[in-house]
Amino acid sequence: MTNLLEAPRSPQRRTRGRTNTELYAWLFMRVSGVLLVVLVLGHLFIMNILDGGVQRINFGFVAGRWASPFWQVWDLLMLWLAQIHGTNGLRTIINDYTRKDQTRFWLKMALYTASALVIALGTLVIFTFDPNIH
Amino acid sequence: MTAVQERSVSTPTEAPKSRPIEVKIRRYNPEISDEVTWVTYTVDAFPTDRVLNLLMKIKGEQDGTLTFRRSCAHGVCGSDAMRINGVNRLACKVLMKDMPDKLTIEPIKGLPVEKDLIVDMEPFFEAFRAVKPFLITHGNEPSKEWLQSQADRDRFDDTTKCILCAACTTSCPVFWTDGSYFGPAAIVNAHRFIFDSRDQGAEERLEILNDREGVWRCRTTFNCTEACPRGIQITKAIQEVKQALLFRRV
Repeated sequence: MTNLLEAPRSPQRRTRGRTNTELYAWLFMRVSGVLLVVLVLGHLFIMNILDGGVQRINFGFVAGRWASPFWQVWDLLMLWLAQIHGTNGLRTIINDYTRKDQTRFWLKMALYTASALVIALGTLVIFTFDPNIH
Repeated sequence: MTAVQERSVSTPTEAPKSRPIEVKIRRYNPEISDEVTWVTYTVDAFPTDRVLNLLMKIKGEQDGTLTFRRSCAHGVCGSDAMRINGVNRLACKVLMKDMPDKLTIEPIKGLPVEKDLIVDMEPFFEAFRAVKPFLITHGNEPSKEWLQSQADRDRFDDTTKCILCAACTTSCPVFWTDGSYFGPAAIVNAHRFIFDSRDQGAEERLEILNDREGVWRCRTTFNCTEACPRGIQITKAIQEVKQALLFRRV
C-alpha cells in the first residue's frame, strides 16, 4: 500500500562542494539595503523636493547632473545595487515558491536576462550620455 | 467534645461545566481511499480538558479508526504535534478553556501524511541526523570531568529544550515548498552543539549549515518561534548560527 502514499519530499542535499555563495548573497542584501536607503532617499529628495521638485526636471537638468562624475557614480551605484538587490530578492522568492526544477530554471533565466539587460542599458546611458544630442 | 465550626453560608464554588465542541478532523486512509475527507465529531469538553483528551474521547467512544500519535500526553515526548485551528501545537498542551467551540485539526504540514494525523517523520529526522547532533571531540580522552561555567552553559541552554516534535519545521513556509531545507529543528539542534564549549565539531556543523539548503534559506518569519511548544527562541538561534558563519567565530 505504500505506493498510494503522497510522494515523500526528495531531499537532494549535500552533494555540492563547499561554497559561501549563499552567505555572500545574504550579506550583500544587508549591505546594499543600507546603502540604498541613503542613495534612494537622497535621490528622491533631490528629484522631488529640493528647489521646486519634479517641475524643474528636464533634459538640461539631467545633462547638468551627469556632467559631474559624483552624480554619475551615485546613479551608477544606485542602478547596480538596486538591480542586484532586487534580482537576488526575486531569486529567493523563486527558490521559495517554485516546485518544479524546470519552472525554477526558466523563471530564473528570465529574471537574469531582464536584469542583465537593464543593468547594461543603464550603465551604457550613464557613460555615453551626450548633452549635445539635439 | 469537639466544637464543630458552623459552616458559613456562602455560594458553593461552581463545578466547571462541560460544553459541546465541534471537532473537525482531516481524515485520510490510503488503505481505503486516496481521498481526503473531513469528518466532524461532537464531544463534550471540560475547560480542563486538553485537545488530546477530545481526540482520545473520539477514538474511544465514537470512531475507533481515528489515528494519531501520542505517547506521554504531557508535553515531553513530542509525538502529538498537529495543526489545531491553523497553528502547530502539541494536542496535549492545549487546554480547552482557551479554545473556541469549533476545532479544526489537521496533520502537521510539509511531511507526507501516512494516515489521518500521522505523518512520515523520516525527512525531518534525516535533516536532524545530518547536522551531527552528538558531542564531537578530538584528542585525548579527558582524565577528569569537563567543567563548564554558567555563562558557557547559558549560550546554548535554550536549544537543549527541543523535543523534536517537528512543530517548528512544519510551520516554516520555506520548508513547505522546499522539503530539502534543513528546517528550524535541525538548526536548533546544531546550535545546541555549536555553542557548547565542550564540543569541537562546530566547524563541521557550520559548514553543513552553510549549504544552499542551510541557514541562509531562513526568512525570519518567526513561525517556528511561535509554534515551539517549549518556547525556544528558534529564530534567534538561527540568527546566531548565521552570525557564527559570517564572522567564522563561535
